[in-house]
Amino acid sequence: MLEALLEITGLTKAYPGVVANNDVSFTINKGEVHALLGENGAGKSTLVKMIYGLVNPDAGSMKLNGASFVPESPNRARASGVAMVFQHFSLFDALSVAENIALGMDNAPPPKALAKSIEMVSQAYGLPLEPKRIVGTLSAGERQRVEIIRCLLQNPKLLIMDEPTSVLTPQEVEILFQTLRQLKAEGTSILYISHKLEEIRALCDTATILRHGEKVATCIPASTTARDMAEMMVGASFLNPIKAQREIGEVLLQVDNLSSQSAEAFGTSLRAISFELKAGEILGIGGVAGNGQDELLAALSGEMRTGSETVRLKNRAIGTLGPNRRRELGLLSAPEERLGHAAAPGMSLKENSVVTAARRMGLLKSGFINWNATDQFTQQVIADFDVRTPSTHTPAGSLSGGNLQKFVVGREVSQQPEVLVINQPTWGVDAAAAASIRQKLLDLADNGAGVIVISQDLDELLEISDYFCALNEGELSATYLTADLELDQVGLMMGGSHGAGQEAAQ
Amino acid sequence: MNLLGIDPVLLIASLMVSATPILLAAIGETVVEKSGVLNLGVEGMMIVGAVVGFITAVNTENPLLGFVTAAIAGALLSTIFATLVLYFKSNQVATGLGLTLVGLGVSALLGKPYEGIKSPTIKAFEIPLLSDIPVLGPMLFSHDLMVYISILIVALVWYTLKYTRVGLVLRAVGENHDAAHALGYKVIRIRFMAIMFGGGCAGLGGAYISLARVPQWTEGMTTGAGWIALAIVVFASWRPLRTLVGAYLFGGITVLQLNLQAAGVAIPVEYLSMSPFLITIAVLVIISARGNQGAPASLGRLFHASS
Repeated sequence: MLEALLEITGLTKAYPGVVANNDVSFTINKGEVHALLGENGAGKSTLVKMIYGLVNPDAGSMKLNGASFVPESPNRARASGVAMVFQHFSLFDALSVAENIALGMDNAPPPKALAKSIEMVSQAYGLPLEPKRIVGTLSAGERQRVEIIRCLLQNPKLLIMDEPTSVLTPQEVEILFQTLRQLKAEGTSILYISHKLEEIRALCDTATILRHGEKVATCIPASTTARDMAEMMVGASFLNPIKAQREIGEVLLQVDNLSSQSAEAFGTSLRAISFELKAGEILGIGGVAGNGQDELLAALSGEMRTGSETVRLKNRAIGTLGPNRRRELGLLSAPEERLGHAAAPGMSLKENSVVTAARRMGLLKSGFINWNATDQFTQQVIADFDVRTPSTHTPAGSLSGGNLQKFVVGREVSQQPEVLVINQPTWGVDAAAAASIRQKLLDLADNGAGVIVISQDLDELLEISDYFCALNEGELSATYLTADLELDQVGLMMGGSHGAGQEAAQ
Repeated sequence: MNLLGIDPVLLIASLMVSATPILLAAIGETVVEKSGVLNLGVEGMMIVGAVVGFITAVNTENPLLGFVTAAIAGALLSTIFATLVLYFKSNQVATGLGLTLVGLGVSALLGKPYEGIKSPTIKAFEIPLLSDIPVLGPMLFSHDLMVYISILIVALVWYTLKYTRVGLVLRAVGENHDAAHALGYKVIRIRFMAIMFGGGCAGLGGAYISLARVPQWTEGMTTGAGWIALAIVVFASWRPLRTLVGAYLFGGITVLQLNLQAAGVAIPVEYLSMSPFLITIAVLVIISARGNQGAPASLGRLFHASS
């Protein structure tokens, strides 16, 4: 019964200085949901890009339906029945849904016929979409539908999905899984890339696990524990962060009726956001990407000024103060984008320390930089946060994502902030480093600071936050004790595809 | 019907002539920018087109051949820019400025022996029947061929961008080059062709100045038309039909101020001469206050085809 659709034998791809894939072999059967599991940098993306014809392998071969398969370009791969939904959507914001779909097809029918087939497919799979909408105005879930429909219109034999759920609410994930199960029942094979173990256990028939570019194991997810799969991915066991009982102190930060107009064309405007943060508290702010996270961070860090009274730190109005003044007063922040926003890639770690820690750590002496003190401070961050770097002179851009993130978090935490706002603290960081970063944030709160963690990783928020709320189209939901929350409720707060974050409040 | 001694029929007719070089350059640059590349070398490509077209026309006595070689020269010059920017990933702004300087220098060198000569001009092409209409006939339908060709190019660009697959792919590349690459479109090749089209149009525009508007060669005779064309692309929010409006508006101001000078209006000549540029600046300030509406999202960004 089990017939092989795609056989991969010994695929190898090396980039200067790094072997992305080394002798990877596995087989995807017809009508199978096959998981490709691994940490960031394990080589999952490179592998699927080879299958989709975006990257040509250095060695190895592939067979599709028993015949040799050498995709030289995505067009060739599509012609052979391989379709792909990308992690960072390959969509064009300023174009309409129909135009976006036409761009992903090799023989796009005329607009009217296309609109009709879009409607047909979207009804058949329960994925409602209006062909005329401009993609920039769609939610993340709807944007993913555009990609999926684009693939389905070509009747793929193999559908590759690269981290499809990282931007979806739990409800949207459920709809996606229904679609995928329906496709599977129709005989389509799915290669499902993810590092979310519970999802893989719920959906996938087989899992291939990659580590450092090599295949380390194949397993049946349903009969393997998440813990075991995680350790296969990481190759070692690691500690989960420990949450201590904490004293909750007085109110540190008050945000009252904060609104803003986004400067970006397809950005999100903040709408009447209010919340309070007490000492020793971790407030988790969830939400699907692009619902105002960057804007909220900018409003709190001081990059974006708002009305004076909208942000109060220890009862002092700071809404019109800039980032430097806020840092002096004890409100520190670390934005999501490590390279270029949280750190200057071309500058050394030492120089990057000066950028945010100059005033608070006294690294300036009558306008000149005190390099000795800076070096000491940087050394201390490197030691305390286990940043793997040859020296303090190393350019920030040459560190791996996890190490740079540890440095960025460490630089802020080491300045003993009273309030720390951090966006996506563990984005693209391996599991061990993520666990250690989370532990540091917990420690910071233990010592009496208030911490705001903005994240799209729900598991992370549920793990470390005391209170939870969610951003949805620039609006902040009511705040709840994290311990009392049900997953369904979280989904509704995030404005799941069936709308109405308000219902959760009852 | 005369206002301040200005004949409106003549004014509109000369407005179309005066706007044609800017229109040609602007429509070419619209295509380039729609593909996500900012080429500030329009002025340089125009003046090279002007001198090459002039030289060809003088030597062959065939102005139409002059236009053809001018377009080829503009396109060839733009391949230097395209190669540097697309393959060697050089900075688009700096490279474009460099292209303008090179164009001005090269044209001065090539044109030296041709100063003071008059070129053969293209004859007016009176559209049968339409040109016989009173008032409208001499105003709109009695121009030379290039005026109609420039309008035709605008219409073609508009139609192509809006309704054809080629246009859709071009817009997609300018909107998000990484996504276009991921879908398998050849970003570099598409941009290269767009840049060459822009160069060809700029060359035609330049040649129209030296062969039709002022049928002779003077060093630096484009006098900033390329910069005005760049401004009009922004003014038009990257839309072809609005480019037509923009070019005719600025052409109109230029002609009007010349007419006002001739009519001896009591405004110092210097102010009148600078008025088209002042108005360009004013309009751009007003437009940029509204935000960069319609700008291709990848405009000016470097594209690295990293797998």
